[in-house]
Amino acid sequence: MLRYALKKVVSLAISLIIASVVIFGVVEVAPGDPASYMLGINAQPDTVAALRAELGLDQSRWQRYLAWVCGMVTGDFGISYTYRASVGGMIGDRLWISLPLALYALTLSTIIAFPAGLYAASRRGKPGDVVVMGATQLGVAVPNFWFAMMLVLIFAITLRWFGAGGFPGWEKGLFAGMKALTLPAVALALPQAAILTRVMRSSLLDILGEDFMRTARAKGLSQRQAIWRHGLRNALIPVLTIVGLQFSFLLAGGIIIEQVFFLPGLGRLVFQAITQRDLIVVESVVMLLVFAVIFVNFLVDLAYAAVDPRLRSRA
Amino acid sequence: MSLLHIRALQLAIHGTPILKGISLDIAPGEILALTGESGSGKSMTAFATLGLLPQGSLAGGEIRLQGTELLRLTDAQMCQLRGNEIGMIFQEPMTALNPVQTIGDQVAETILIHGAATRDQAMKRARDVLRRVGLPEERFPVTRFPHELSGGQRQRVVIAMAIALQPKLLIADEPTTALDVTTQAQILDLLKSLVKADHMGLMMITHDLAVVSDMADRIVVMQHGNIVEQGPTQTLFRTMQHPYTRALFAASTHRVNLPSPKSRPEPIVQVCDAVRDYPLKKRLFQPRRYARAVNRVSLTIHQGERLGLVGESGCGKSTLTRAMLGLEPLQGGEIKAFGQRVGPGMPNGLRSGMQVVFQDPYGSFNPRWKVGRLIAEPFHLMADPPRGGALTDRIAESLENVGLQPTDADKYIHAFSGGQRQRIAIARALITNPDLIIFDEAVSALDVRVRAQILDLIADLSRRLDLAYLFISHDLTVVREITDRVLVMQAGEIVEEGPTEAVLNTPQHRYTQQLIAAAPRLPDLTTGDPDAAASDL
Repeated sequence: MLRYALKKVVSLAISLIIASVVIFGVVEVAPGDPASYMLGINAQPDTVAALRAELGLDQSRWQRYLAWVCGMVTGDFGISYTYRASVGGMIGDRLWISLPLALYALTLSTIIAFPAGLYAASRRGKPGDVVVMGATQLGVAVPNFWFAMMLVLIFAITLRWFGAGGFPGWEKGLFAGMKALTLPAVALALPQAAILTRVMRSSLLDILGEDFMRTARAKGLSQRQAIWRHGLRNALIPVLTIVGLQFSFLLAGGIIIEQVFFLPGLGRLVFQAITQRDLIVVESVVMLLVFAVIFVNFLVDLAYAAVDPRLRSRA
Repeated sequence: MSLLHIRALQLAIHGTPILKGISLDIAPGEILALTGESGSGKSMTAFATLGLLPQGSLAGGEIRLQGTELLRLTDAQMCQLRGNEIGMIFQEPMTALNPVQTIGDQVAETILIHGAATRDQAMKRARDVLRRVGLPEERFPVTRFPHELSGGQRQRVVIAMAIALQPKLLIADEPTTALDVTTQAQILDLLKSLVKADHMGLMMITHDLAVVSDMADRIVVMQHGNIVEQGPTQTLFRTMQHPYTRALFAASTHRVNLPSPKSRPEPIVQVCDAVRDYPLKKRLFQPRRYARAVNRVSLTIHQGERLGLVGESGCGKSTLTRAMLGLEPLQGGEIKAFGQRVGPGMPNGLRSGMQVVFQDPYGSFNPRWKVGRLIAEPFHLMADPPRGGALTDRIAESLENVGLQPTDADKYIHAFSGGQRQRIAIARALITNPDLIIFDEAVSALDVRVRAQILDLIADLSRRLDLAYLFISHDLTVVREITDRVLVMQAGEIVEEGPTEAVLNTPQHRYTQQLIAAAPRLPDLTTGDPDAAASDL
């Protein structure tokens, strides 16, 4: 198990290095000079040159790459070209919204999907299954911003249970924060839950047909016991893959939902940074997201091994 | 009073009748064999007894276990009986165990689920039961996972789960079909000794009459959901009143009329010191290590020769076959076919001279292609394949060669039975007029009567088409009938080689002797010839 984990750590580190080179390279070849963009079209050439020197843009690519990577490792993400503020601080503020939102949405989606998938699988072909599957069709098909608007209409405008948008800040208390994130989280979670339900159902149905499930029944387990003791853990492997992918998506992909609910999250930050040629912010946010994706995949890999002993010994 | 008492058991699944009035009894300590071909209802009789019928089943009649009517019990009541009073062993040990639980936990679960012990006690009893089935804790810790055990060892775990609570009735559904002969012999011995020690009744389902004759006290022969004949083993084999029983027995001992070998010296395939290594996973700072699947094997197949290759699973038979077909590279030695070197980069024209027929008649066809297209596929290998009318003629000829109709070319594969599919596979192999066909366990998945027909077909083709073939099988009875010369393979090496009759009658190598000794044999019914019994594999 330790050997397996170590191997995964090594591959995680290699992925990060490759990703950082690619991100840096892509942002470098993108047209537009941040210094002249910041100073406007009427700037004097020597002012631009001075700013370039200040931002470190006159150094060689290698120097800038190394400075960027070393800075990130030590927690110094650099200074934003447009806001003249610490990128680390900017990302940190946004992360405090995006990360809880993603986790909240993922938790909701899992809480909905596991029982729904289990229920549908155990009633295969019966009305209960048909209803659940129909609902998931709808959940996959309808875009989440439409859900978001409906939620605002119903729960914020008509019922007035929640605010229609904005974020009060965590200093107002955990409850206030969570309350503000609830509608966005639900809007994000519904389509994900629909996908996860379908995966859970089909994965369980595959397992139900396995020989060892029949063996379990022959031992005297009831159908329910057989599913709980032998089915779930085996069915979890494909489900974990999807959960991992969903988390990465939820962390960065919430930009439309952030717009709908006026949430200052990571998605909005990177969107603004791109339009303003704020390369250092783009690089850092993208790198952070890449790190999140790779790290979540690493966790999923570890979870696989925890679930499936065959993976442990193969490593 | 009998232990299990089944009367007029009927079963329909989605309205299709499967069992049509089964009546049988099993006494404590008795071994009853249920035999018959696939689809005869053997397994469904077992599942009905266990109360684990598929959805849409409707059962009628009586199944009494020690006087309790099982068909009227609720599922919760049946759960009390399953694993406790009735234990079941399945055919496929590779998939019958939960891959993510240790063997100890799985055996202990049977004990725990019936509330027979606390967790610690259950674990202790699991250890005892595993020891009883030949998996002592010193060598097989209870923390092992199924994937760390061989097929035979896994089957022992399944048996341990079934007998953990010393059930009154044990049901074994083809318990050794997926195992090698030597492992099969061990598992059958284990079952016999357990039944004797615990005085269990055993319902043993098998298609293999030879296994039945060794094991069972009584035999029930089933066909199309009916019992056609039942009686004590010796009596039944001696009288065989029903024509179906006689047909089954005749097919099991089927004699193939193989034309006398035309010995011609021209070799078509020569394997010379072939070595095939598989790289093992590399460990850091250590040289890469290899597993040797084929170790310096040499053999020659002559024109028109019928060569057999026997050995247990994992001995390298399949690897050798793939290397001969040029599908795998060699790490030493060489293989030549028709004078040209064989390997992954060999020309396609050379491939069309060698064709192969595999074991599984269900998995080896694309279900969305018509038969005509399926069997014409090897033409891709030829530089100038026939087209139009010539192609249709070749397809028709190939189908007729294997006893099918030219009109069958327009059907899809699902319209054919297992035996017919295997004929289609042979037609596909024949279509390029190859000099050599490799039959890789080509009759192992077939019922005995179908198997006899396919063997006759192979003999007939050999007579008409002057075909050489390599017949790979674990079944010595079949190899004896269908080959002139045989190779015995063990752990990647050929340990014995010679004329089939000589090797099987007077085996020289210890391993060959073991194989022959382990193979279950049918009772010899040609009275008054004591020698025949010994040689009748």
